[in-house]
Amino acid sequence: MEKAKTEIIVGMGTCGITAGASEIYAHAADYARAKGLDVKLSSTSCIGMCHSEVLVDVVVDGFARVTYGNVTIAAIEEIIDSHAAINVPVIKYTIAQMPSYGKVYDDIPVFEQLPYMNKQERVVLSNCGFIDPLSIDDYISHGGYEAVKKVIGAGDPKAAIEIIKASGLRGRGGAGFPTGLKWEFCNKAQSDIKYIICNADEGDPGAFMDRSVLEGDPHAIIEGMLIAGFSIGASYGYVYCRAEYPLAISNLKVAIAAAHERGFLGDSVLNSGFKFNIKIKEGAGAFVCGEETALIASIEGLRGMPRAKPPFPANKGLWGKPTVINNVETLANVPRIIVRGADWFSSFGTEKSKGTKVFALAGKINRGGLIEIPMGITLREIIYDIGGGIPNGKAFKAVQTGGPSGGCLTTAMLDTPVDYESIAKAGSIVGSGGMIVLDEDNCMVNIAKFFLEFTQSESCGKCTPCRIGTKRLYEILDRITNGKGRKGDLELLEELSEDIRAASLCGLGQTAPNPVLSTLRNFREEYAAHIDEKRCPAAVCKPLITFTIIEKTCTGCMACARSCPVNAITGEKKKPHFITPELCIKCGSCFDACKFKSVLKK
Amino acid sequence: MLQGGVSMEGQLEGLDDILAKYYQSEGSIVSILQDMEVRYGYIPEEAVAWVSERTGLSASRFYGVATFYGQFHLVKPGKNIVKICRGTACHVKGSEKISDDIRTMLHCGVGETTPDGNFTVEHVACVGACARAPIFIVGKDVYGKMTPQKAKKTLEKYMGGEGNGKG
Repeated sequence: MEKAKTEIIVGMGTCGITAGASEIYAHAADYARAKGLDVKLSSTSCIGMCHSEVLVDVVVDGFARVTYGNVTIAAIEEIIDSHAAINVPVIKYTIAQMPSYGKVYDDIPVFEQLPYMNKQERVVLSNCGFIDPLSIDDYISHGGYEAVKKVIGAGDPKAAIEIIKASGLRGRGGAGFPTGLKWEFCNKAQSDIKYIICNADEGDPGAFMDRSVLEGDPHAIIEGMLIAGFSIGASYGYVYCRAEYPLAISNLKVAIAAAHERGFLGDSVLNSGFKFNIKIKEGAGAFVCGEETALIASIEGLRGMPRAKPPFPANKGLWGKPTVINNVETLANVPRIIVRGADWFSSFGTEKSKGTKVFALAGKINRGGLIEIPMGITLREIIYDIGGGIPNGKAFKAVQTGGPSGGCLTTAMLDTPVDYESIAKAGSIVGSGGMIVLDEDNCMVNIAKFFLEFTQSESCGKCTPCRIGTKRLYEILDRITNGKGRKGDLELLEELSEDIRAASLCGLGQTAPNPVLSTLRNFREEYAAHIDEKRCPAAVCKPLITFTIIEKTCTGCMACARSCPVNAITGEKKKPHFITPELCIKCGSCFDACKFKSVLKK
Repeated sequence: MLQGGVSMEGQLEGLDDILAKYYQSEGSIVSILQDMEVRYGYIPEEAVAWVSERTGLSASRFYGVATFYGQFHLVKPGKNIVKICRGTACHVKGSEKISDDIRTMLHCGVGETTPDGNFTVEHVACVGACARAPIFIVGKDVYGKMTPQKAKKTLEKYMGGEGNGKG
């Protein structure tokens, strides 16, 4: 097919669609056609700049690729009229340009030099947001399937294992176990059948790394699984993916079908005699299924409950056969390491944490999105240089890493390098890569309660310490946030936490107390204020706060009275209003409605 | 055969194809239930009984699995499933208040269906669109950067019988 002179590429990842990318895509197609322009319209996935969605790129043949952000219907018309029609970019909507595509324009920053980008190192995300995830040719033209040709061509499964071992790659799902070692164990296990499973059950609330990679670069996962399968001697692969990620699943299905057609999957991969097929198993909504043995039980069609280890899955896994389970991001690293070498990969990162790590940056942050950094840069660089700091002039309070298994790190820890060891030393975990920024308006007791509400409802119930322990932890936290905290509650929380940690069967229970312990360690005075003074310093916990109207500044505009769902606000027009405390349900509607900051919350 | 007052008569024949698809493969209980959920929007008791009889697996095996996973509905949900994302990013950006306000507006608790059968309210752990938090979903339509006000306004679009494509 002859290349169209001008291409318009719409970011159609989940973030983009949420922001209205489908409407923009449809409108761009109609509008360009109506104007009689020769424009090729295509889609790509998430480039990571979720804060600026909808993102639209325009490439005029021979010129730099230009990225537009926050694109609306009106903006896309302007962009088509000017950039697509007469090659004049609409500067006010531009974010950046990529000179690798051709001649640069004036007055548009270079993509790689953006503050959001210049500290990032894109290995896993190198294709995301650039290639069309539904096109195998696009993947191949970006070096795709070279690694698998190399590995199968060499014919020695152990050689690939040695490369991965030398690279220092560690599991990106959270535990950080050396990937090459895992493969070696399974390679040595004797069995007629073995399995490789891609764990795409990204259950941590607040994490979306795996979703973006599956949506944006599904062939990289297939290639990673092929190499893993060849190395351990597995002919069957499963991708266990959350049903909450419909786009990821459908992109992966298209990719698997295309890989079959081209001979990368099937009874004789690239005519080598090596057989490899991949099946997708949709998760059915259970957080515990991120745990290896629970995930295996779920694929077997059972309740997803974990079992005691050993035996480890590398010896006895799916249907009792040796099985390797690797996370999406881990597998996406594999083809790149094979092509570019172990030394190249280990040149990124710190002594013990090699390579890059993808993080999902969200919460109270100006530039949230998907980022990939070399291990070892500091939290401060991530939050302030890449993320652009905290919105609305609010003060940074903490950053939560590792999801429900992790902890909160404070201002004093902002200069901690982000690698497995340093983050653990600071009292949290790197985890799978969720990174949620909290500001002064977030209550740390409420955050701990939030996580325990989640873990206690997701506990599978098999072992008592987790089933009952997390419930009791939640009840104590609930009591404290309701102003019914008692003397001795903090000690009780700590004691119970230690017991749950020590006695639970699997990772879910063993790590569930971490959000409590880390907030207790770093924000003990905030807990004490709730219990001793019946006060919530961040003004979040409803039973501990009151709303009053400041008479001096109240203009009597009546906005608050109109917003009150229980008619607790009285007062005449243009005269100060008054909240009846007995009627107030503390919903905060008046606080949000007041334009004069005359509602006081404390 | 009655399920929630609705006759299932004439609706079970189609289960043959679901069964044929999975009968030979191992680990099929979750898959059978998932297909059932897609077809009926929930797991009807009659359908479980039917499949149980054909496979020789006891109905309790199916229910053991169906009650374990969050994806399965045991009662027929309303026309529009309203999901409020309660992931961490959504939580710190105020999704609790969105949930409170929506439930007050609809007079309906989490997991419940409005008396007119138009809405079922659910919490979802995380949909992975965290940078657009808080997220609010009606049927298959996903809305980002919500406020309680915007969520309530959005919901009004689905009132008055004009149910949008249910998920």
